[in-house]
Formats: sequence, structure tokens, C-alpha cells
Amino acid sequence: MNKILVRRELNPTVTLLTVEAPLIARKAEPGQFVIVRPDAEGERIPLTIADFDREAGTVTIIFQIVGATTEKLNHLMEGGCVQDIAGPLGRATHTEGLKKVAVVGGGVGCAIAYPVAKKLFEQGAEVHAVAGFRTKDLVILEDEFAAHSTLFCRMSDDGSWGEKGLVTDALKQLIEAGNQYDEVITIGPLIMMKFVCAITKQYGIKTVASMNPIMIDGTGTAA
Amino acid sequence: MAIDPNKHPMPTQAPEERAHNFREVALGYTLEVAREEASRCLNCKNQPCVKGCPVGIHIPQFIQALRKGEIEEAYQIISLTSSLPAICGRVCPQETQCEQQCTLGIRYEPVGIGRLERFVADWHNEHSTEAPQKPESNGHRVAIVGSGPSGLTCAGDLAKKGYQVTVFEALHTAGGVLVYGIPEFRLPKAIVAREVETLKALGVDIETNVIIGKTLTVDELFEQGYEAVFIGSGAGLPNFMGIPGESLKGVYSANEYLTRSNLMKAYRDDADTPIMKGGSVAVVGGGNVAMDAARTALRLGAEHVYIVYRRSMEELPARREEVEHAEEEGIDFRLLCNPVEVLGWNDPENPRDPKNGFVKAMRCIRMQLGEPDASGRRRPVEIPGSEFTLDVDTVVIAIGTSPNPLIKSTTEGLEVNRRGGIVINEDGLTSRKNVYAGGDAVTGAATVISAMGAGKTAAAAIDKALCGEQN
Ligand SMILES: Cc1cc2nc3c(=O)[nH]c(=O)nc-3n(C[C@H](O)[C@H](O)[C@H](O)COP(=O)(O)OP(=O)(O)OC[C@H]3O[C@@H](n4cnc5c(N)ncnc54)[C@H](O)[C@@H]3O)c2cc1C
Repeated sequence: MNKILVRRELNPTVTLLTVEAPLIARKAEPGQFVIVRPDAEGERIPLTIADFDREAGTVTIIFQIVGATTEKLNHLMEGGCVQDIAGPLGRATHTEGLKKVAVVGGGVGCAIAYPVAKKLFEQGAEVHAVAGFRTKDLVILEDEFAAHSTLFCRMSDDGSWGEKGLVTDALKQLIEAGNQYDEVITIGPLIMMKFVCAITKQYGIKTVASMNPIMIDGTGTAA
Repeated sequence: MAIDPNKHPMPTQAPEERAHNFREVALGYTLEVAREEASRCLNCKNQPCVKGCPVGIHIPQFIQALRKGEIEEAYQIISLTSSLPAICGRVCPQETQCEQQCTLGIRYEPVGIGRLERFVADWHNEHSTEAPQKPESNGHRVAIVGSGPSGLTCAGDLAKKGYQVTVFEALHTAGGVLVYGIPEFRLPKAIVAREVETLKALGVDIETNVIIGKTLTVDELFEQGYEAVFIGSGAGLPNFMGIPGESLKGVYSANEYLTRSNLMKAYRDDADTPIMKGGSVAVVGGGNVAMDAARTALRLGAEHVYIVYRRSMEELPARREEVEHAEEEGIDFRLLCNPVEVLGWNDPENPRDPKNGFVKAMRCIRMQLGEPDASGRRRPVEIPGSEFTLDVDTVVIAIGTSPNPLIKSTTEGLEVNRRGGIVINEDGLTSRKNVYAGGDAVTGAATVISAMGAGKTAAAAIDKALCGEQN
């Protein structure tokens, strides 16, 4: 049982929970995930660690309501508990030695991109964050990205937030403006990551795309 | 009095009824039947059955006590060498262990040792009023990794001696394969829960949701003040066949399939866990895991369930009773067959067809048995040109598991063998000081009783290492 300290609805279908989990917080790295079970009757689902605070002993998860389990998770309230949380699992995103990076997130993928941007920013790298959403109402983590990047490009499909256009438009502009990235890190819908890779390939920039792992047990035995 | 040539039959739920529920299949002997079965034991001098038991239970003694109606005494005799009789009585492959050696078995059916063990344990659990008492602490702390039969047994033996024991379990429930693998209809979860509760009453602390190697490492356990660590992390990593189509939707490892059904309660209508119910299911493999997956599929509502196994009935490694039960329930055994490809739906006309990417059928090839291989079993060889197709919606792969490499890769100096099993000496000690291991993590997929035995051996060795000979 892990206590929920913060619950915030980021947009109509995406919710953030910060829970007490000191052991996990001590080890967590961007790119890793936890296994969460909302209640004793529920399914175990993997959710990416969106943030963590080693001192406070907390871990933050962000999820989109897509099925029965995330629906249940969304009904848990501040002061309440999630039944189980185990981790951290998966490989940490490699950030060591990177000096200048573009972090490109699309939609809920931004929840996974954010801790990477934060870590890079905190280790002193120049971070160009590019976030894209369909429309203004779906935007998440705007302040967090703004606070942990040296440059923040806001993109929306319909122009209701930031510039109208795709994240790839912004990325292309940045590269053509002469920015030389050690690496581009991209997290979002498959098709978006595919187009990001197509662009960076043209310019020969090393690119890391994140795939959300599907696992049901804590050891990865049932991948 | 003439000896009854046959074992007293085990009462069971009728096949047509039990195929649709998850309640236990075998119902257990009554006291009267148990005593009659016990009287079949010849109580022979050389006690071959004891040699057939991986932990050397004093079988004739407990059976004689039972015959006299001294059930609690029978239980105490079993307890001298075994910790989990209610479980082992149900799941041990007796026909290749104690009962195989039974003298009576030379001419007749052997004594139903497993059924008697189960009876004694169930009777004890129902009638015993003795409450486990937390012994006085000896001040030593031991960490156990994994809560399967090896870990639970090691924890119990040490706790009884006064050790402060913490069990770290990656999953949210303690019990290992006993809860996430073996289904309710063969091993009621209440029995496992009872064992876990007894441990807690003895003062064992069980920390679920802690993955050793991720949340904490073995070295950190020592830093936290644990003086010895026992690794009983099992062999949960599923093997796949490496044939085309294995990544289609609707192909599961038996591990995932059974975990979803057992632990995440997918079998209940009110549960959230998605699992494919209904349709036709092919389970590949011939061990207990395959039988469990096939019979679970049936109970989840599959219309037709195949077992596809590359050798013949004789080589099926599953417990005989499970094979018989599976046959009675209508599982369709396709023996001497091996899958070559899983075929998926793919409608190029309609790329949005929701069925695209899902399993449609499995192509198999017929096999024949050739010369014996290294394991002594006759090697199956393909019969050229004998391919055929089974129409199925779900494929469950149950061809074995290996130890997970996580602990090895995060514990410096921990030696493993070619198959990933942790290397130990006869005391259960690994290549690392004060780190012990046992069960499937060492042997690869084996049995509950051998895992339990390994937990006992390690507990005795840990006690000796930390408290010296005088204990
Ligand atoms: C479906 C199925 C049916 C079977 N039927 C039979 C049968 O009828 N008879 C029989 O004798 N045997 C049977 N077996 C085999 C038997 O269950 C195993 O041999 C036995 O459970 C092994 O015990 P163990 O303690 O070594 O490991 P397990 O029971 O596998 O337990 C290991 C535990 O460790 C945990 N763990 C793993 N890694 C970590 C980590 N890094 N940190 C913390 N915890 C961790 C796991 O989650 C698990 O709970 C069956 C197995 C399966 C899968």
C-alpha cells in the first residue's frame, strides 16, 4: 500500500499521481517504469516514472485513462493508497556525457520525455524541448518543460497552443538553424517517432526512440 | 486379509462439471478410506519409498500411525522432514518418486502415499488448535529472496530457530509458482495462504513488491545488516520456440497466461485483467505447466483445447493424474506433433480489420521417435511432408522456463552455470560468502518438493554458519 500525496488531472484523460515509495525513489532513473496495481482485484500495469524525489521518497506517474485499470487508478484520491507499486524496472535512458540534446515529445509521450529533459537539464546540458499536442486542451507538463529546458518549442496540430504544426517541423527548423545536437531523444506515437528518425537520419544525428514496454510481472518474466 | 490390489480411488468432481469451474478437482479421502488405504502398506523393512522421496519423509512410520488412527502423530512424523505436506501431497509426481519404489507396486498398484500425505495434512490443518508461537529472537537477521516453496521453507526453518527473517518478493502476493503458476483447481490458494500466515505468526516479515536486483541489490541487503541471504528466485523466464509467428497477438507464454488467470484473477467475471476467453486454444508442451494451461483455457471457456507435444504419451513429463484428468475433461492430445509456424490474420483488402495481427492457425508437423538422446528419451524426428494446420485463436507456449538473469547480473561474483542456474555446494552455499541459493533458481524448472528440500538444507547451513555447531 502506497499513499497518494498528490493527484492532479493534467487534461480530461490524463492524470498525475505522486505516491510514497522511498525504495523506488532512491533508485529511479528517467526512462524506467514501475508496475502498478490500483486495488486488490486489479490488473498489474506498467507505467513510466514521470518524476521522482529521492529526498522526499516519492515517485510520480502519469497515465492516460484507456481501460478498466487506468479508470480505477483515476478514481483514487489524495490521501488514499495504490495497492501495489514495484520497481524501478527497465533500462534508464542514457544521458551521460550529453552536452546538447533535443528532446521531442508527442502527446502523453511527453510524460516520458519530461524526466529525460529534466535530468539532462540538471546535469548542465543544453536542452531543446519540443512538445506537440493535437490541441490546447490536451497539453500536459507545460511549466515543467519550460523550467527544465534552455529552449522550449510548443507545437499543436490546430495552432491553439504555440505554433501550428508538427514537432518534426520544429525539429527541422532547429537543425537547419545550425543547432548541432549530440543526440535527439524522441517519445510519442510510433508514427511521430518514425518521422523524427527520418529527419535526423538525413542530418546524421544519433537518435533514441522510446518504446513502451509491455510487461505484467515485476521481474520481466512474462514479457 | 487379502490386500486390495488397487489404490482406493480419489473422489473427484465429475469431469463435465469441473471443466467449467475453478474449484479443486480432487476432493480427498475420508478418514475411513484413508485408514483402509494405509492398511495396504506392507511396512517393509528396507523402506524403498523413503529413498524415492527427495526429502526422505519417514513414509512407513507416518502411514502406520495413520492406520492406527493417530493422525496428529502421523503429521508430526511428516513434519520431521517436510514443511509443506498439504501442498506436496497434492502436487508431487508420486508416480516417479515414492510410489514408484513401493514394494506393493511390483505386483499391484502402489500405496497411495501422496493421497495419504494430503489426508494427514488436511486433517491437521482442520483439527489442530496449536497456534504457531514466535520464538525468542537470537538477534541474527537473514534475508530471503523469493517466496516460492524454497524461500518459504528456508524462512520457516530459520524463524523457528529464532532468526529475524525478511522475505523479499517481487510480486504482490507470496507463494511463488504455488500461487501464480499452479491453478486453484489443483492447489487451492487458501492452503498456500495458510502457510504464509503461519510464517508471519512465527515473526517472518514478508515484503512484497520488492525486486532484488532492481529495488534493492543483494549487496545492499548486507549493508542493511542482514548476515546471510538465501536466493530462491525460481525459474520464471519463459523459453520460446523461435518459430515464425510467435509474436502475433494471441500467443502467450504459459507463464503469462497462467499468471493472468491465477494472480490477476482473470478467471473471475468481475476482474479487469484481459485474457482471451473462448475459441480454440493450442497449448504447446507436455509438462505440468502445459496441462495446467490447457485445463485453465477450458475453464475460461475455450471451446476446443489441444495439447501439442512432440513425443508420445509415454514421455509426457506431467504428473500422471493431471494427464488423466485432462483427458477426462476433453483436452484433445495431439501427440508426436511439433509446431512449425503460427499463422496470423492478415487482410490486405482491409488493413483496418481488427482481426489483423491476431492468431488464426498453427501449422504443425508430425514426428516419430528415433534413437534415445542424452536424456535417455527417444528423440523425436520430423516426418517429411506431414505438415497440417490446426485452426486456433490462442497459442500458449509451455516448453519450459529458465532462471531469470537479473540477480546474477546485479550481484558481483555470483557464479551461474551454462543454463543460468546459480552454482552451489552441498550446503546450498554459492560462490559468494554468506549467499545461499536453492530451488528452481539453481536447478532450472523442477519440483515443489526439491525446492522445499533445498530451502531446508540452506536453512540448516545458514544456522551453522551464523550460530555455530552448538545449535
Ligand atoms: C504451472 C506450473 C505447474 C507446476 N506443477 C508442479 C507440480 O504439479 N508438481 C511439482 O512438484 N512442481 C510443479 N511445478 C514446479 C514447481 O512449482 C517449482 O519447481 C517450484 O515452485 C520451485 O520453487 P522455488 O521456490 O524455487 O521458486 P518459485 O516457486 O518459482 O518462486 C520464486 C519466487 O521468487 C520471486 N522472485 C523472482 N525473482 C525475484 C527477485 N529478483 N526479487 C524478488 N523476488 C523474486 C518470484 O516472483 C517467485 O515468487 C509447476 C510449475 C509451474 C510453473
